[in-house]
Amino acid sequence: MREITLSQAVNEAIAEEMRRDPTVFLMGEDVAEAGTPFKVLSGLVEEFGTARVIDTPISEPGFMGMAVGAAMTGARPIVDLMFGDFIFLIMDQLCNQAAKTHYMSGGKLTVPLVLRTNLGATRRSAAQHSQSLQALVAHIPGLKVAMPSSAYEAKGLMKTAIRDNNPVVIFEDKLMYQDKAPVPEEEYLIPFGQAHVKREGRDITLIGTSSMVQVAEKAAKILAAEGISAEVIDPRTIVPLDEATLIESVKKTSRAIVIDEGHQSYGVTAEIASRLNEKAFYHLDAPVLRMGAMDVPVPFSPALEDLTVPTPEQVVANARRLCAGELIHAA
Amino acid sequence: MAEAKSNTENYLRMYRQMVRIRTFEDNANQLYLSAKMPGLTHMYSGEEAVAVGICEALTDEDRITSTHRGHGHCVAKGAEFKAMFCELLGKVEGYCRGKGGSMHIADQSHGNLGANAIVGGSMGIATGSALRAKLQGSDDVTVCFFGDGATAQGLMYEVMNMAALWKLPVIYACENNGYSEYTKTEEIAAGSITARAEAFGIEAHQVDGQDVLAVNALAQKLVARARQGEGPFFIELMTYRYHGHHVGDINREYYRSKAEEKDWKDNRDPIIRFRAYLVSEGIVTEDELDMMHAEIERDASEAVTYALDAAYPDASEVDQHVYAA
Repeated sequence: MREITLSQAVNEAIAEEMRRDPTVFLMGEDVAEAGTPFKVLSGLVEEFGTARVIDTPISEPGFMGMAVGAAMTGARPIVDLMFGDFIFLIMDQLCNQAAKTHYMSGGKLTVPLVLRTNLGATRRSAAQHSQSLQALVAHIPGLKVAMPSSAYEAKGLMKTAIRDNNPVVIFEDKLMYQDKAPVPEEEYLIPFGQAHVKREGRDITLIGTSSMVQVAEKAAKILAAEGISAEVIDPRTIVPLDEATLIESVKKTSRAIVIDEGHQSYGVTAEIASRLNEKAFYHLDAPVLRMGAMDVPVPFSPALEDLTVPTPEQVVANARRLCAGELIHAA
Repeated sequence: MAEAKSNTENYLRMYRQMVRIRTFEDNANQLYLSAKMPGLTHMYSGEEAVAVGICEALTDEDRITSTHRGHGHCVAKGAEFKAMFCELLGKVEGYCRGKGGSMHIADQSHGNLGANAIVGGSMGIATGSALRAKLQGSDDVTVCFFGDGATAQGLMYEVMNMAALWKLPVIYACENNGYSEYTKTEEIAAGSITARAEAFGIEAHQVDGQDVLAVNALAQKLVARARQGEGPFFIELMTYRYHGHHVGDINREYYRSKAEEKDWKDNRDPIIRFRAYLVSEGIVTEDELDMMHAEIERDASEAVTYALDAAYPDASEVDQHVYAA
């Protein structure tokens, strides 16, 4: 199968959906000729023109709100938010308007829009360009949240998101834009709420999101060499969450570590761990462990920044101890 | 009064719609005061000529976005009393199945995209609706209603900039009732309101919001021009709210005098003024108008009774409509 980058996968997904559905359009800062700073959208304006690939001023709340209005009245906007950190700027339009409109109108109005943005530290971009804020939006009923872990997921989830009749937030890992993965030539969609068992195992379940799927997979390989069989699961969407697949796995392995690049406290790892504790408690041989980013603003200095994000080595160390029956106190 | 629609039917319809709004609000206020209505609400009484003058220039295909003080816009855009009172009382037959209430009432069938409880929160939605119209080659126009208080929100400047850059068919209708919640507008707004729009090259007008014909004449012109791609436009409508910020804002002399309220009610009331005009022009008689008032009061009273007796949503509704299928 051919291999393409995550960036190309996103680009293909958007181009295919824009060809299929004339109501789909893109808006955001530097999305047209510039194709975004990460060049993810290069070439789209040449095919679809500036009417459907719209460069906006640096007005995140403004264009987010406009996307909500366009979506409510018959268009399917894709909003490009250059950095995930800018979500704080658009919170009212995303969480008070987009997320609630369908419910507040008793189901009469819908807001089919996609907010594509990114997450991920270790780019030396410091505290305002490195955050992984998926937990903030996952907390708000009415929003769906997708977290692709490779080019394959990025394409399939994006196409599903564009066709969904709800506001969907997609977090792409900005460090993975140039990572290649096998992606079929023929069309496919990845349904929301279906986790992917990336690797089967018996002794421990490693649940990773987005960037942390690779971390979990690397850890699983190291563990395999030591005789520990780790199952790796990628939920792919955290809202909706495929709880059944996660619980089924944990019932089999009796141990789990949840890994996500958002801050650990009150985060995605806490939510998933809590559900496993509530619903698989009697199958567990150890408390479910959370591994999130450190609860500090992301530091600039490489010497410090690298300490803040979970690594395969840390996952291995924790998995080893859990499997040995040691008690680990989560931070 | 300024000349606008010249035929009797349209004049009487505008008058009727203003009286329907006033009557709706009087009943809503009573429901609140008698503790029959949950929550709180914001009365539109006094501002009727604004909503009616503008909405009478629109079709059902044209969209509006409304505010927390939104009952007037909802009625003016064509909503029915029954479903409105049901919504205010949290009943399942309400426009939003009781899930929105007074501050989120929306009426999709007449193009009302909804009231909004975030001050200035709908400015993006209105502008986005206009962007959609332009992208899809549709000739509908969107009117964004908001108060003077909302001019303090940054969102307004972001979306006016884009609306002007892209010549979007949106009309920003600023209902300047002189008060930003419990504070005089002059204390929160520096400079001129219309100059804010003019800074973006948006044609801005100020109009007497208590004169329904003046409002309607201006709205007809601007809506027609917006349909032709000449938008966006901005209107500052000078008006007055008779009640406090919300229904519970009773003792308000610390920010607004009773004498001032009396002056607006006695001398600038949009319904009294238009009534005098209609009668003096021989368009209608006092008796005919009295009959119209009585009929509207009867309608409202029946709708209130209906809504009070109507069913609440079933408990199974609580987690429905979080996500669309």
